[in-house]
Amino acid sequence: MLSFILKRLAGAIPTLLIIVTLAFFLIRSAPGGPFDKERTVPPEVAANLNAVYHLDDPLWEQYLYYLGGAIQGDFGPSFQYRDFSVTELIAAGFPVSLTLGLTAIFLAITIGVSLGAIAALKQNSLIDYAVMATAMTGITIPNFVMAPLLTLVFGVYLHMLPVGGWGESISQAFLPIVALALPQIAYIARLTRGSMIEVLRSNFVRTARAKGLPERLMLSRHALKAAMLPVVSYLGPASAAVITGSVVIEQIFGIPGIGRYFVQGALNRDYTLVMGVVIFYGSLIISFNLIVDIIYGFLDPKVRMG
Amino acid sequence: MSDIILEVKDLSVTFSTPEGPVNAVNNMNFTIKAGEALGVVGESGSGKSQTFLSIMGLLASNGKTTGSAKLLGRELIGLSADELNKIRGQSMSMIFQDPMTSLNPYLKVSKQLTEVLVLHKGMGEQAARAEALNMLDKVGIPEAKSRFDMYPHEFSGGMRQRVMIAMALLCEPALLIADEPTTALDVTIQAQILDLMRKLKSEFNTAIVMITHDLGVVAGLCDTLNVMYAGRIVERSSVNEVFSAPRHPYSQGLLASTPRLDEKSHSNELITIPGQPPNLQRLPQGCAFAPRCIHVQDRCLCQRPPLFETPSGSHNACYREEDVA
Repeated sequence: MLSFILKRLAGAIPTLLIIVTLAFFLIRSAPGGPFDKERTVPPEVAANLNAVYHLDDPLWEQYLYYLGGAIQGDFGPSFQYRDFSVTELIAAGFPVSLTLGLTAIFLAITIGVSLGAIAALKQNSLIDYAVMATAMTGITIPNFVMAPLLTLVFGVYLHMLPVGGWGESISQAFLPIVALALPQIAYIARLTRGSMIEVLRSNFVRTARAKGLPERLMLSRHALKAAMLPVVSYLGPASAAVITGSVVIEQIFGIPGIGRYFVQGALNRDYTLVMGVVIFYGSLIISFNLIVDIIYGFLDPKVRMG
Repeated sequence: MSDIILEVKDLSVTFSTPEGPVNAVNNMNFTIKAGEALGVVGESGSGKSQTFLSIMGLLASNGKTTGSAKLLGRELIGLSADELNKIRGQSMSMIFQDPMTSLNPYLKVSKQLTEVLVLHKGMGEQAARAEALNMLDKVGIPEAKSRFDMYPHEFSGGMRQRVMIAMALLCEPALLIADEPTTALDVTIQAQILDLMRKLKSEFNTAIVMITHDLGVVAGLCDTLNVMYAGRIVERSSVNEVFSAPRHPYSQGLLASTPRLDEKSHSNELITIPGQPPNLQRLPQGCAFAPRCIHVQDRCLCQRPPLFETPSGSHNACYREEDVA
């Protein structure tokens, strides 16, 4: 078990290195620089700024310089929010993004699995068709369309919920979480339905029925665990989808999370901030996939870790 | 007679499909006594498995059963799932063809066994474990104790089928239905499983239904035999009689197409029954076997022959029986 985790962590290092390299040269290849917006900076000041931030050095030197810092956990100061280091900004935004993301995933699992299971048990009924049609809609409408729609209906027309902000009341969290969770609810519902139907037709469920197990016991003890395996393996990609989704959602609802810093950073050519967020999100997704694999190992005895 | 375990009358199974109803089993009549082993043979699609899945209440959701099947005098057809659950696993059990997929791969073997005892006998977990372990010993699992808390994938195919049999026997059922239990196993394991079932028959007086298309299995285990064709019994007789003198042309064809080493055959070719089994959605008006039968007469094509009783007390659905009488 421990050796499995260590092996996976070691395997994450080259992945992260590739992510860092790609991100570094991509953001540098975008036109403009961090200080272009500053009004009428005297040439001496601009030269000083560039010197302080090593922007005059050759690109590969800057890359090695950044890499050296990053390995020691130093992601540098933000170009835009000059009084803060990137680490400080991420530390400030992370609790907000984490709350948003985890609640959305939790919602997606509970509602998605329940809807999918109900649809599977009532296969080809009206409920089944209704759930699947709704799920299809949920998958096809991207969240940058869904979020404004929700805002329009529940905020502007119905005046039921606030349309933005964070941390002042719980009701503010409602729309962004729902907008973030909806596509995942839809996907998990479809996934659960499919695997549940397959499991219910499987030979071992027939055996459980032949033993005289009551339907409820058969479902909870025999069918559910098997049906959950595809859902568990989807949680890795789901976490990545929620993270990319939250970049958009935080922007739309004005939520002070990491996603918003990321967008702002990209627009302002805040090189260090963008790089910091990319590395942080990258490590987050890698660790989440590792956790999912460990959970999978506990669920499926045929998977041996080591 | 009080030792009748299962009495089946006019049992029919119909599946509704988008292409119309499929009559998989038609008006089955037979009884099984305690300690009797009934073989059920026939081609794929002859309804041999569906007959017993319907009795167990395990048909696919588009299947419908009519008629009557009484286990120890109690009607099974039309019972609610809750009532049926008190009987399944308790007084009748079923084991299936594929032991690789019939056990739950995500649950320890111990749990899959004990849950039957906890459910039907109200045993505590500890008592159930002891009893289940005892049963694994009885079905011949070596070192059952150390294997008890393993998962199915850690067992071999033959072991898994033994686990299935142990599971089916936990509540000492009056009726054990075995749906091709040895088909997926290699020959030496087959022999061991059959030996185990023979022991059951003699020790527990269990009535056994052996669904198979292996006539060797029938010869080795069964007392009586239902030969099925297109969802009907075409011959029902003692095993000795069918093997020494099959009466229905289909039974004759079935026996003749079993390859034998001891016979000096005239050619090296395998003997087959020409033609294909009929489409169950478009069964002919007359005898379903008539298109493939070498003894076919005119009336076979217009009217389906009933099951005639033969002089020896067996049954044969062929007009030639009438001609002999």
